[in-house]
Amino acid sequence: MNTRRTIKVDSLARVEGEGALSVRIRGDRVVDVQLKIFEPPRFFEALLRGRAYREAPDMTARICGICPVAYQMSAVHAMEDACGIRVDGPLRALRRLLYCGEWIASHTLHVYMLHAPDFLGYADAIQMARDLPEVVQRGLQLKKVGNAIVALLGGREIHPINVRVGGFYKVPTRRDLAPLAERLTWARAAALETVRWVATLSYPKFEQDYEFVALRHPNEYPFNEGRLVSNKGLDIAIHEYETHVVEAHVAHSHALQAVLKDRGAYLVGPLARYNLNFDRLSPLAQEAARQAGLGPVCRNPFQSILVRSVEILYACDEALRLLASYEPPEHPAVALVPRAATGYGCTEAPRGLLYHRYTLDEAGTILDAKIVPPTSQNQKRIEQDLAHFVAQALALPQEQLTWQCEQVIRNYDPCISCATHFLRLHVAREDA
Amino acid sequence: MPRPRKPTLAVWKFASCDGCQLSLLDCEDELLAVAGAVEIAHFAEVSRAVGRGPYDLSLVEGSITTPHDAARIQQVRRASKYLVTIGACATAGGIQALRNFQDVQEFLRIVYATPAYIATLATSTPIAHHVRVDFELRGCPINKQQLLEVLSAFLHGRKPHTPPHSVCIECKRRGTVCVMVARGTPCLGPVTQAGCGALCPAYDRGCYGCFGPQETPNTASLSAWWHGHLGVHQIDLVRAFRSFNADAEPFRRESETHEHP
Repeated sequence: MNTRRTIKVDSLARVEGEGALSVRIRGDRVVDVQLKIFEPPRFFEALLRGRAYREAPDMTARICGICPVAYQMSAVHAMEDACGIRVDGPLRALRRLLYCGEWIASHTLHVYMLHAPDFLGYADAIQMARDLPEVVQRGLQLKKVGNAIVALLGGREIHPINVRVGGFYKVPTRRDLAPLAERLTWARAAALETVRWVATLSYPKFEQDYEFVALRHPNEYPFNEGRLVSNKGLDIAIHEYETHVVEAHVAHSHALQAVLKDRGAYLVGPLARYNLNFDRLSPLAQEAARQAGLGPVCRNPFQSILVRSVEILYACDEALRLLASYEPPEHPAVALVPRAATGYGCTEAPRGLLYHRYTLDEAGTILDAKIVPPTSQNQKRIEQDLAHFVAQALALPQEQLTWQCEQVIRNYDPCISCATHFLRLHVAREDA
Repeated sequence: MPRPRKPTLAVWKFASCDGCQLSLLDCEDELLAVAGAVEIAHFAEVSRAVGRGPYDLSLVEGSITTPHDAARIQQVRRASKYLVTIGACATAGGIQALRNFQDVQEFLRIVYATPAYIATLATSTPIAHHVRVDFELRGCPINKQQLLEVLSAFLHGRKPHTPPHSVCIECKRRGTVCVMVARGTPCLGPVTQAGCGALCPAYDRGCYGCFGPQETPNTASLSAWWHGHLGVHQIDLVRAFRSFNADAEPFRRESETHEHP
């Protein structure tokens, strides 16, 4: 019997960006897993050098068309940290509202269009829409509400134009925001339906002992602020990130792989946020999670789709709370004067932690930039999931194993455009 | 009678952020109708299914930055009846074309510990530098209404209607007071192609040129105004013209004028 196998996907679909996977199996042993990232490098950290501090939010937004708000938020917080100012009150609330919009749009895209088709055996959401038109329509309309928030506050859905260091260019009145409330009330009900629907999918049995890393805030589910914590003892300020996390450059990837010093791979994203911040979710989101069969701890990465649905519900709930209490600020932005300093920003992109660090000179020119996107932090952990998953699923026929390997990767909603871009799956089985 | 074959659509990605192809998915109300009118034969971000070419219409996002991609775009062209580029990367090289003004080896050393692992070209170039392009849709990102217009035009065998005039016309239509005249805010609107709906001025901000140069823009006159009346420094003029469409010819020339005044 031939016991060498190769599982190969040359072009991984339904992820943002371009990558491949190669798994080599000898007998019943997985000998090598490589998540390959072929996305052409775009050198953002280099091209930011020499630019003005105020350009960072618009320039870094272009790293990712799916989560531009995350890049803008990490950039403005890092710049404000460097300049020694704090943005509070209604401006802070508006940033949170904007982030709610991106979470709703990005998570709904992933849940309905990229991930759910795997569980139901469809190649894509368009095929799925032929059998389940109401479900796909609900997803599209829910996504649209998320986009409506980003478009109203940001000017447009992709690469919003209204975010600046210190706040916004223009802030909405209460009346501008009023139409959102009705749409969000519908969206919250649709999100609840989403959690219930996703709970009916069947998940492969697969649990891992992860080190989850996410922000933790004293009283909020985290978006823009907090300490960096893990379930295995990490508890640091964000400026200490680089003393605990190291990036390695491996030959098979254009993305740098981030690992915790002396501890190895860790996981960021919805699963990490949920496990570390369940108590910070709104009562409605907690209740929906429980009814969907989720406890406060979830270690099955295939259930990330369920956790993502809970986060959509939370984001709708939180957006409604923010809308109800909004009073327009006196000024659209806090004035600031640049200074020679280093600033740090870390926020929760839909896919997980996004770290920015900038060093400025006294004129506010960027001397040095460092950006660590969520997918480079998850990359090593995805490879470990694949190794462990394939080892327990060797009996599956090739086609099914290949598809499930793709699904293991899609569990992370990887954004390879961020990490650089492109996945291919290549699983090799070799003679023992 | 057999039904006529639906035209096939393919979406291709080169160096980019995914935002322009995402614009198609952001047409929440029209997406299923589009999927009904065409056969989506290749769209990796959306589907595992891969239909073989040739394709009636290929949408191309991203710029050419690697030897591999320079070869791949030739294959895409050969497999496509019509090829339309979407966005600033595909039509002008994108933000990553900032490397064209510097030494890419230096960039590699700044970002990657082991530069030998990376295969990259010295430049980021638009698709039209490599193959014949049937239509170029502007924007960083593209406007989704304009994308639907392009799809509809190609399905009906007509030329897409995308106005070539400046953002100023859109501000007038929208009734937005000129931010440059009224507030002294530097604005690239007078030299930038319309298509976004004049968003930035509507948000009390100057246009930053993400749709690239309009036809025959008078960049020198605008720069003189910025410098003379608004006190904008030479370095900030270089930055203004050198962003998401840095290597579009009129913007490139203008930025170079101020780099070594």
